[in-house]
Amino acid sequence: MYDVDAIRRDFPILSREVNGKPLVYLDNGASAQKPQVVIDAINTAYSHEYANVHRGLHYLSNLATEKYEGVRRKIAQFLNAGSEDEIIFTSGTTEGLNLVAYGWAMPHLQAGDEIVLSVMEHHANIVPWHFLRERQGVVIKWVDVEADGSLDPQKVIDAFGPRTRMVCVTQMSNVLGTVVDVKTICAAARERGIVSVIDGSQAAVHMPVDVQDIGCDFYPITGHKLYGPSGSGAIFARAERQAEMRPFLGGGDMIREVTKDAVIYNDPPMKFEAGTPGIVQTIGLGVALDYMMGVGMENIAAHEAEIARYAAERLHGVNWIQVQGTAPGKGAIFSFTLEGAAHAHDISTILDKKGVAVRAGQHCTGPLMEHLGLSATCRASFGMYNTKSEVDALIDALELAHDLFG
Amino acid sequence: MAQPAFEAIVEDFEFLEDWEDRYRHVIELGKAMDPLEDALKVPANKVDGCASQVWLFPKIDGGTFRFDGESDAMIVRGLIAVLRALYNDLPVAQVGGVDAQAELARLGLQDHLSAQRSNGVRAMIERIRTVAA
Repeated sequence: MYDVDAIRRDFPILSREVNGKPLVYLDNGASAQKPQVVIDAINTAYSHEYANVHRGLHYLSNLATEKYEGVRRKIAQFLNAGSEDEIIFTSGTTEGLNLVAYGWAMPHLQAGDEIVLSVMEHHANIVPWHFLRERQGVVIKWVDVEADGSLDPQKVIDAFGPRTRMVCVTQMSNVLGTVVDVKTICAAARERGIVSVIDGSQAAVHMPVDVQDIGCDFYPITGHKLYGPSGSGAIFARAERQAEMRPFLGGGDMIREVTKDAVIYNDPPMKFEAGTPGIVQTIGLGVALDYMMGVGMENIAAHEAEIARYAAERLHGVNWIQVQGTAPGKGAIFSFTLEGAAHAHDISTILDKKGVAVRAGQHCTGPLMEHLGLSATCRASFGMYNTKSEVDALIDALELAHDLFG
Repeated sequence: MAQPAFEAIVEDFEFLEDWEDRYRHVIELGKAMDPLEDALKVPANKVDGCASQVWLFPKIDGGTFRFDGESDAMIVRGLIAVLRALYNDLPVAQVGGVDAQAELARLGLQDHLSAQRSNGVRAMIERIRTVAA
């Protein structure tokens, strides 16, 4: 039995008030709150176990290195990667995607080569590909979503042409909550020698992920959405792709030897990890993943599915709320607008006064907003600690906003 | 004492006890304000640094400061109406001397001026002060 009250007690911030009201935190799509075990791990690391990693042979350096490298194994387990060497530490999904752009795509793509993207990608999975368009004449091909916000995998596959070299799609939309059949897309890409990049920023938080089953080449995740510290993250990068990659950032740790005339790089994955990393953040991420796996990803997914079902029922039951995205099996992410002239920021201001934290704006998805014909939406995004009574609090606050702006 | 139009708003606010009624009143002030002509919604009149779209069109005539404005967000539109009451018809030389923070505090709306808020009220006041300087 999923004990959401016990889980809530593990997250100290959830018991605070905002504007004199109990906090109702529904901005998990932007960043999630941290359980006490993660906060304690950060404190312990700095208080008792801190030194640089991979450097000295002294006690603390070895201890820190052991803890830090242990997280690589944990992430491999979390994503079911074939080997921990297929996990590269990053500062988050944005760095992971830029690593793919600079490390793999730039040396491999020529002018006229194509990258296929869905229209609902986050800017982090768009802008690095625009770099290739601007600098190398690479062509971006866009695939639209259906009216309900779903992405038809066949339409993605139909967009593949003889010059298509990469396909980059999210496994879960940060705006619509749509879950994409990435396995079908990756299988088709693989048959055609197309490299697949699956943005796991949202999906990895809400469902069990198996990168071997998905069959992708790259799968970046971001720690701060996974109830871990900001500045932590990783990317699954298939060993064959790593062997083809050029280093991205240069500096310490990613080299074996440096002379005045030459550099000998370290072996992957460390070849792609320059400089002192986010040591403590990464250790904290490991603890966050332990926490999630302890609760069980299947259990988290089942709880959130129940919240999503209830939230959909309540939101769709109000005729002055327009929800964007009704794809079957969507996650607990709801973007909406209110009938009338109220701007998304008007609504979020009123919700904030009621202690309900949502995001308002474009959600880093300019092309999707253009596709939907909207300048902004409000987004309520749920996590493992949210409850049905928080859905009710959201609806109550929306009733007030509707009353004020109507 | 600030401008009579602003003092009138302060008087109205004295009867509004909770934040919901104050917001409701601000929204009403925005609704009652004449919209800015579309021809004036040009980049030169756009105030940057706002989460919503905000336009501000200053009109200095015979040493008197006035401005028109609009936003696509209703609360911000209401705050523009409040700022117009605060600044309009002042001698240009007095615009810089207005303590907007203190005046909005009289309405309990000072939190809209904090640096973290991206609703643009702070950016609007900067623009007003620059234009009148």
